[in-house]
Amino acid sequence: MIRWIDSKRRSLTGLSGSLILAAFAFHFADLKIWQATMLLTATLIASVPIALHAVQAARMRLPSIELLVTIAIIGAIIIGEYWESAIVTFLFLLGEYLEFRTLSKTRSALKELIESAPLEADVIRDGGIFTVAAEDIRSGERVIVRSGGKVPADGTIVFGRADFAEAALTGESTPVGKTVGDQVLSGTLVDNGYAEMLAEQVGADTLFAKMIERIEEAQEAKSKTAKLLDRFARFYTPATVAFALLVYVWTRELHMAITFLVVACPGALVIGAPASSVAGIGNAAQKGVLIKGGDAMNRLAQADTFVFDKTGTLTLGKPEVTMIETLERIDQNELLRLAATVEIASEHHLGRAIVRAAEKRGIEKGSPPANVHIHKGLGIQAHIEDRQLTIGNRKLMQTELVALSESVLTYAEKREREGHTVVFAAVDGRLAGLFSIADPIRGDAPAALDELKRLGVRKFIMLTGDHRHTAERVAARLGLDEFHAELLPEDKAAFIEKLKAQGRIVAMAGDGINDAPAISAANIGLAMGGGTNTAMETADVVLLADRLESLPRAYSLARATVRNIRQNITLAIVTVAALLIGILAGTIHLAAGMFVHEASVLLVVLNAMRLARYDRKNKDKRPPAHVQWKKTEVDVVKEM
Amino acid sequence: MMDHQATFQLQPLSCPSCIQKIEKMLVRTHGVHSASVLFHAGKVKVSFDLLQITAAELRKRIEKLGYPVQTVREGAGSA
Repeated sequence: MIRWIDSKRRSLTGLSGSLILAAFAFHFADLKIWQATMLLTATLIASVPIALHAVQAARMRLPSIELLVTIAIIGAIIIGEYWESAIVTFLFLLGEYLEFRTLSKTRSALKELIESAPLEADVIRDGGIFTVAAEDIRSGERVIVRSGGKVPADGTIVFGRADFAEAALTGESTPVGKTVGDQVLSGTLVDNGYAEMLAEQVGADTLFAKMIERIEEAQEAKSKTAKLLDRFARFYTPATVAFALLVYVWTRELHMAITFLVVACPGALVIGAPASSVAGIGNAAQKGVLIKGGDAMNRLAQADTFVFDKTGTLTLGKPEVTMIETLERIDQNELLRLAATVEIASEHHLGRAIVRAAEKRGIEKGSPPANVHIHKGLGIQAHIEDRQLTIGNRKLMQTELVALSESVLTYAEKREREGHTVVFAAVDGRLAGLFSIADPIRGDAPAALDELKRLGVRKFIMLTGDHRHTAERVAARLGLDEFHAELLPEDKAAFIEKLKAQGRIVAMAGDGINDAPAISAANIGLAMGGGTNTAMETADVVLLADRLESLPRAYSLARATVRNIRQNITLAIVTVAALLIGILAGTIHLAAGMFVHEASVLLVVLNAMRLARYDRKNKDKRPPAHVQWKKTEVDVVKEM
Repeated sequence: MMDHQATFQLQPLSCPSCIQKIEKMLVRTHGVHSASVLFHAGKVKVSFDLLQITAAELRKRIEKLGYPVQTVREGAGSA
């Protein structure tokens, strides 16, 4: 019964609306009795769902807006204000319906994402092919993916090849070819081809499911403004009740007191800010950017200084070993084998490059290393096959007292000036060789930085644990304002603190574990989607698409969202204030007050909806006045 | 104390006042440790003591308040 009434809400609203129109006609025909009948019927019909919810809440001893409205309606009928009772109930239902419709528009971005979740899967079980629900796939099971279908779990391809479009996860729609040994993620679309995969993570454990959960939580995570409004609402509601009582005691007008109560409900104020951030976060998610809540949105919009890690953030982070130099004592492949075996334990880009180089040459790794010690920002040490290996930068060699001859240093510096990173490898405390590793700059980095500059970011700084010469080249190519090289993770964090102390609002973008302290120290932390989990968990904003070009998009979207929230709050406060003054002055009655109140709620939601469709290309065309295309220290660097 | 989690998927919520209503009701319920309403996702996450109340009973209470539950997902306390 209750459900039936709820499902008929729309028809009830329509019916009461038409009855009010009929009453209007009778008013002109001067048929007073008919007019009153129509209005009373309209009131009765529309008040059914309202009163129902009021009773349900009251049974649980909870106050509700429905209860207030029900009291107001009864009051209006008692004093013979049929017009008022009919219009108030009608507007309440209509407002609720319209709010629902528009709110679902602001939520549409996330809904589309959720709907792109895979539902079914073809699995190979006991030699046959079975179609099962996606969450019923067992981990370790063989799953078939065909063109046109969706990957139902996270796993590795074990047979065949296919093109995959990862738009749902990263916003990037160009399909990528994948084959045996490659990772595929749940939610990606199979563009064409046939493959079989081993399911590793299924159901709620897939990256896709986790991402949706994070976005859902982000949409609820309240900004400071929203929290303030919450606290405000907590004392506001009892305050209005008290004030309404006061109005009644003072004026002896029950009508005015009830009007006051109903209209003072802070509808637009409560919904204005969250609606904007939901629309903004949803839009960002569609573009492959996860913004963790309204507060993060706010801080991103305010950032005026962007600090970047070099490796993996400004560069591709897939460095390659371009040259191996060894001292006489050891063979090149043997050194590579030892180094790769040790570096297996490392998550560092450079370490991975060494592992990859060994794999490329088809070198078998040795038995697992013992006593592995990772020196963050310096390198790694381990015991392997009765030998002590020390692999890392100059500083590590110095602290471990590995002697570096003049000619070695000259050679290393030469390689570094050419843009390589030099990694030293010592065996049993004596230098055995050098790895030259190069890491190309991301293709979209220059455009992304230009765009940020145009949007008003004043300063770009690069921090890196890498050597000065390598850093210098990257900084010069990208036209950065400053760079600081050879930093330890804690140096990076300390540098951020220093910038903050200067009054800058700092955004820090990084990708590695070693960036995590700096990311959390910054006013707003950003992580590259291709980076480590630690960075992604620490950061407030994750560029899921692992592309720098989504950074200026997120930045301008955040600014638009903050503007939108301000507009909504202003609108809400002005409306409520004007209404309350109007009521106290006796110029606004219940029906008109209700109309303006509902209209203001709709207006803020409609305003927020603009964000769901917000696209950077249409806005922010003109550069802010304070941007100066000044030539910086970079010129000096180039001359060196 | 047995910590148990359940997520209830409701129909889309439209009034922000529903959040407070549902949360208040649940927190007052005996055996419930914490409850949070994800307004925009239309979800209610509840952590409760399995010895004192079941997910089915919680579902009944949410529905009695006027919010039909579409699906329930249960799991041992993780978050």
